Amino acid sequence: MKVTILQFPGTNCEYDTQHAFEELGATTEIVWHKSETIPADTNLLVVAGGFSYGDYLRSGAIAKFSPVMKAVTAYANNGGNVLGICNGFQVLTEAGLLPGALKRNDSLHFISKHHNLKVINNDNIFLEKLDNDSVVNIPIAHHDGNYFIDADGLKELEENNQILLKYTDENGEIKNPNGSVESIAGICNKQKNVFGLMPHPERAMESILGSCDGVAMLQGFFK
Amino acid sequence: MIKAIVNVSLKAGVLDSQGKAVHHALDSLHFNGVNDVRVGKQIILKLDTDNKETAMSDVTKMCEELLANTVIEDYEIELV
Repeated sequence: MKVTILQFPGTNCEYDTQHAFEELGATTEIVWHKSETIPADTNLLVVAGGFSYGDYLRSGAIAKFSPVMKAVTAYANNGGNVLGICNGFQVLTEAGLLPGALKRNDSLHFISKHHNLKVINNDNIFLEKLDNDSVVNIPIAHHDGNYFIDADGLKELEENNQILLKYTDENGEIKNPNGSVESIAGICNKQKNVFGLMPHPERAMESILGSCDGVAMLQGFFK
Repeated sequence: MIKAIVNVSLKAGVLDSQGKAVHHALDSLHFNGVNDVRVGKQIILKLDTDNKETAMSDVTKMCEELLANTVIEDYEIELV
């Protein structure tokens, strides 16, 4: 299992992500955004969290033009698995690899805390180790996590089982921290090989640090 | 040289939380005659060209590709 992790100026979750996947037994490689290629033996490409380009203009807006993004798009279009976490999710929506956009949180506050999420669709590699309607506890840490998609786009997401996770309380009742449409925390593309979520599963790997619910999520990518 | 002034704002129908907060703050200051507040951003470009048509078509492309996210934002271009 080879996990390639992208690094832009301002990325700050690449080493947490690397640690999480290595603990699960993967080999990893961090790739600087100037690279025009990604390693040929990549099984999973992760766009890690942080503040690429200082979130200037919009979160993820400038990163989408980095040299490496052409290779990312080609890899995704070829069926390769791509996971965008937090800023990575923002980059993937800006790049058009995932539908919708991420706006400033309705409260205008940066939110950093553990949050419960309900699994909505597990018919994909990312969440297949979790049961539908089960609740996991994963940290969130974002200013622009307010997912927006128009009514037609939302209908399409629902019809194709593209909604992965929703923000809830511990009983699985909707509890929306940031104003996201339908309390959406994560989605995938129609082909189910590109995944994006605002919460940080790589920060929920050890119960001593608050939660190990991220393990089952990341393990989904291991075959 | 042409100056292009690009105004980017959230589309009608997309909740503008910053606009709402500013509206609320204006209310607290007793500016009661305000019906709605939208917060956007202005991007000012100085272009080499003197041709307005070229300028408009270039800046439109810039807006579509980078300056605005057309999923949630509208843009207006003014050439000076």
